[in-house]
Amino acid sequence: MALERTDVEKIAHLARLGLAEDELTATTATLNNILGLIDAMQAVDTTGIEPLAHPLEATQRLRADVVTETNQRDAYQTIAPAVEQGLFLVPKVIE
Amino acid sequence: MPVHTLTLGQISTALANKEFSAEELTRDLLARIEQENPRTNAFITVTAEQALEQARAADARRAAGETGALLGAPIAHKDLFCTQGVRTSCGSKMLDNFIAPYNATVVEKLANAGCVSLGKTNMDEFAMGSSNASSYYGAAKNPWNLDCIPGGSSGGSAAAIAARMVPAATGTDTGGSIRQPAALCGLTGLKPTYGRVSRWGMVAYASSLDQGGPMARDAYDCALLLGAMAGFDSKDSTSVDQPVDDYLAALEQPLKGLKIGLPKEYFGAGLDSRIGAATQATVAELEKLGATVKEISLPNLQHAIAAYYVIAPAEASSNLSRFDGVRFGHRCDDPADLTDLYKRSRAEGFGAEVKRRIMVGTYALSAGYYDAYYIKAQQIRRLIKNDFLAAFQEVDVVMGPTTPNPAWALCAKGNDPVAEYLEDIYTITANLAGLPGLSMPAGFADGLPVGVQLLAPYFQEGRLLNIAHQYQQVTDWHRQAPTGF
Repeated sequence: MALERTDVEKIAHLARLGLAEDELTATTATLNNILGLIDAMQAVDTTGIEPLAHPLEATQRLRADVVTETNQRDAYQTIAPAVEQGLFLVPKVIE
Repeated sequence: MPVHTLTLGQISTALANKEFSAEELTRDLLARIEQENPRTNAFITVTAEQALEQARAADARRAAGETGALLGAPIAHKDLFCTQGVRTSCGSKMLDNFIAPYNATVVEKLANAGCVSLGKTNMDEFAMGSSNASSYYGAAKNPWNLDCIPGGSSGGSAAAIAARMVPAATGTDTGGSIRQPAALCGLTGLKPTYGRVSRWGMVAYASSLDQGGPMARDAYDCALLLGAMAGFDSKDSTSVDQPVDDYLAALEQPLKGLKIGLPKEYFGAGLDSRIGAATQATVAELEKLGATVKEISLPNLQHAIAAYYVIAPAEASSNLSRFDGVRFGHRCDDPADLTDLYKRSRAEGFGAEVKRRIMVGTYALSAGYYDAYYIKAQQIRRLIKNDFLAAFQEVDVVMGPTTPNPAWALCAKGNDPVAEYLEDIYTITANLAGLPGLSMPAGFADGLPVGVQLLAPYFQEGRLLNIAHQYQQVTDWHRQAPTGF
């Protein structure tokens, strides 16, 4: 199934990527090429095959529920685009 | 002999014999970088001051009686390993202003071993590419032919080593990003078993595939570096708690009785005949050393690219959602609202290939398509792993070409991502299965290096380094230097 331009707009929104009008046409064509390559998978018989998420089949390691990290807010905020009084600034969310 | 022509092993010996100090060596190599970087674009950032500081510290440690093999050894880091106080750009405008607030585990371990880092090397943006052409800082060039790509994504590390600016460097490999540039630049590169080297502080692309490893001129140097890079790290939830082998000791094992499998699928249509011939010649050489060879089959190879280009973008779309213009990285000017902040910061900060992979991944994970794409790809992933498990019942290692073609001209595949994806055919299976893989120089095609790949069962990095080292005792492909360097 080929993607339409409106599908690409929707995917871009889900990915929070602002695509310009002129980028949409080219992106639609390229994505359809890539999906053409990927769709070859559908011909493979995978009945009864368990999906493999981790090559060594490892499960998540657990640790004791204790504090291990020290507070490094100031260090981390020196590289933030906009901070004030120890808080990250974003545009107004609640009107 | 000028110091830039020495391998890491030779440097280690010379430093131990006090032929020169780490500081003298570092000054010489920094001058060499200043001279050769403009035409190769291998480094994004050169950290001269920090390097000299590390070199002086290494000299002091040696004067105090320490004798580590890597004390004062010069290296470079791919620019996706976080380096405290130094820009870690990932080849992206998104992180052009990102000064890492901490060191990656690999960076920390190598520094503790006494390594001197000369700088951060160029790469495809966020490690997404096989040419280094998607870097925000411009493409790195292949020293064997400056009109050609050095491979990717660890193309800057490969170009820096091939141009004799640094004897060894770190790389990362998600679909071949250590092995392919090693092959195209005439180097030895090793992707360890998934979980062998800590991923902590390595900017994530596809977390179930990413693995850091060494790149150098020969197997000995890779063994030296891997010994210091590998090991369990509680900060990486997928790090494997298993002792690290003595890779240097493993090098000396004779190859008599080694069983090599040649997958017939690796020698089909699409393979440059000169690379096929070089691979066969390597096989003949290994037979002389006592190995036996047999044809095997990896029937699901043909499905690997499709599965990879679902899994990798899907994980990338999730990993790269952290770049939101709020906490670090690029932020657009005057956002109208929060959504505008996200959308424009990401649109401005990411390049075309990164956006493409985020889009493919977002689509593959979106409601209604998850089973058809992501689950299906993971099922194929198991079929590919099963192919290898079956092969390793019959043989000790699997061998074939690293790439179907030698380095291509810069921009030759620029407008066709699918054409570039197809170049990954021989390397991506090791990532999907999590296996260790090594590429070593095995000849030339029209003056461009050709690489041969060896794949082994889990945690048998020592075996791979052993085979490459024994091969390098009877051949000299790895000793060739590009003309003019």
